[in-house]
Amino acid sequence: MTDNYSNRCKGFICGLWSVLRRPSVKYSLGTLLVVGFVSGIIFWGGFNTAMEMTNNEEFCISCHEMNDNVFQEYKNTIHYSNRTGVRATCPDCHVPKEWVHKVVRKIQATNELYHKVMGTIDTREKFLAHRLELARHVWKAMKNTDSRECRNCHNYEYMDFAEQGRRAVSQHSKGLEEGKTCIDCHKGIAHELPDMREVDPTAVIGTN
Amino acid sequence: MIKKLSMILVLLGTVGLAQAEGVRSLRGHIDLQDESRAPEPKQFAKDGEPIARDYVQQPPLIPHKIKGYRIDRNSNKCLSCHSWKHYREAGATKISQTHFEDRNKNVLANVSARRYFCTQCHVPQAGARPLVENTFKPVQAIAGE
Repeated sequence: MTDNYSNRCKGFICGLWSVLRRPSVKYSLGTLLVVGFVSGIIFWGGFNTAMEMTNNEEFCISCHEMNDNVFQEYKNTIHYSNRTGVRATCPDCHVPKEWVHKVVRKIQATNELYHKVMGTIDTREKFLAHRLELARHVWKAMKNTDSRECRNCHNYEYMDFAEQGRRAVSQHSKGLEEGKTCIDCHKGIAHELPDMREVDPTAVIGTN
Repeated sequence: MIKKLSMILVLLGTVGLAQAEGVRSLRGHIDLQDESRAPEPKQFAKDGEPIARDYVQQPPLIPHKIKGYRIDRNSNKCLSCHSWKHYREAGATKISQTHFEDRNKNVLANVSARRYFCTQCHVPQAGARPLVENTFKPVQAIAGE
């Protein structure tokens, strides 16, 4: 019992572990608590700040893959330029707002780092070749979350159908009944569509 | 001879000058150095009932906004409602069967390439007054509609 906290093993990890297990003889509990609390704030804040730095449009378009392809197309759409000047940036639609979902998405994004290094879409041709696959990933994610990121701003429950056009009213009330989600109809609203012959052959040239 | 020629030249010059005064440009009388005022942007009608045709062969007009509706090699936004597959569900007018013919009159199973780009013939409507007055009246055959 006497050498319960003493060094019984020689390895670095084992040594570190036994130091961590030993109660402090030098510092008071109060000091340890205050130091722990303050460094907790600093590290937690630092972590979130660093994460937010990767969560804005400038960061997204700092890679030419995003800047030259999807961002240029995005500039022509209503989510970039419109009547009221309210606009969405990349993470508003592509990164969840809630913390847990956001961290999950950020961890998934490490896969994008791998493809950045491998140069999977580093030319326009490669990007176009992968476009359907990339679009399908986003459609699937949107479908699975019931278009959660759309609903940060748009919500069926607050839509005033009286203010909408004839077509919008009939489509939205039908969609509401059938439990459809935004992305089921609103594909290709912020970026150009990929070759859709596999998705909807009746809406593509040269298909039978 | 030279006298006659110069007479003709002078006459032609006078006629040209007279015509120049009578001609009024659509952009109004503005000096070349001055910038003309840009016309107010026209607003397209948001949404409405189908618009009656004015002559039998007229491509039907688009009674709604089409901003952001892309038509390219990859997809045709119009057809996501107006195709034979979707028109019932969308409550849209279906694309005419004449659009399935290629130029050799072969009937295809889907929209022919020469009829694929809808906005070549079909256009949305803005409340714009005609720049030049005209007295066009629909033909009798459809005037009663």
